[in-house]
Amino acid sequence: MALNLFYFLSFVAVLSALMVVFSRSPVYSVLYLIVTFFSIAGHYVLMNAEFLAVVHMIVYAGAIMVLFLYVIMLLNLNQESEPHKTNLLKIGAVICAGMLLIVMVGALKGTEVLVAVESTSGIGEVKTLGQVLFTDFLLPFEIASVLLLAAMVGSVMLAKSEKKTNVNS
Amino acid sequence: MIPIEYYLWLSAVLFSIGVLGVLYRRNAIIIFMCIELMLNAVNLVMVAFSNFLNDAAGQVFVFFIMAVAAAEVAVGLAILVMTYRNTRTTDINILNRLKW
Repeated sequence: MALNLFYFLSFVAVLSALMVVFSRSPVYSVLYLIVTFFSIAGHYVLMNAEFLAVVHMIVYAGAIMVLFLYVIMLLNLNQESEPHKTNLLKIGAVICAGMLLIVMVGALKGTEVLVAVESTSGIGEVKTLGQVLFTDFLLPFEIASVLLLAAMVGSVMLAKSEKKTNVNS
Repeated sequence: MIPIEYYLWLSAVLFSIGVLGVLYRRNAIIIFMCIELMLNAVNLVMVAFSNFLNDAAGQVFVFFIMAVAAAEVAVGLAILVMTYRNTRTTDINILNRLKW
């Protein structure tokens, strides 16, 4: 049952990831990326990481994808204005990515089979993750808040319209 | 219990699709989305190993990667909006110089 669910979610994830790359319109690419993210969240649930699944849905499907859609609508991108590479470059890109995949699968083929550690309790629960986050990883957690503040200030500074300094002259 | 090799293969495929998108498309926003796809492939394999080795540190790492990805997307899209305002395009063949 779990294996069937894994195959289904993997199929959906890979298919919609391919559609992100090959669909013509940027808006369709964003919508297919949302499908990919939801299937990855399904994988997290399958691996008993419920907290990360919920955070993944909120952050990626809720925040980041809305940001992408908003920017695409703001810049008024559509199918007609979409630039495309030449066919030679496209074939080269497919060959490069395929060779990278072959290298990674070949590297994985030569590895030994690991033995799973016996799982004791729910490791993906909010309680367990919160205890680890606020004891072992307290300093990185605080630094992440500084990073988010810096990113917020930086993006506001970058995206605000430049004021004309010499209006009166 | 799903074998961890399956997750490694799925993650390798998703990462390769992300690399393919970066090489294949010319729209800077789609290249951004493919970078997100690559980050998610790495996150997936991290959660798989965290579950496999019964260690919560991997999932905390994924949490931090999500925070950094959110910051990266905000700043990157702000840069794209700014360059679009100046050049009227998001084509990376036109955005190939830092000064115009």
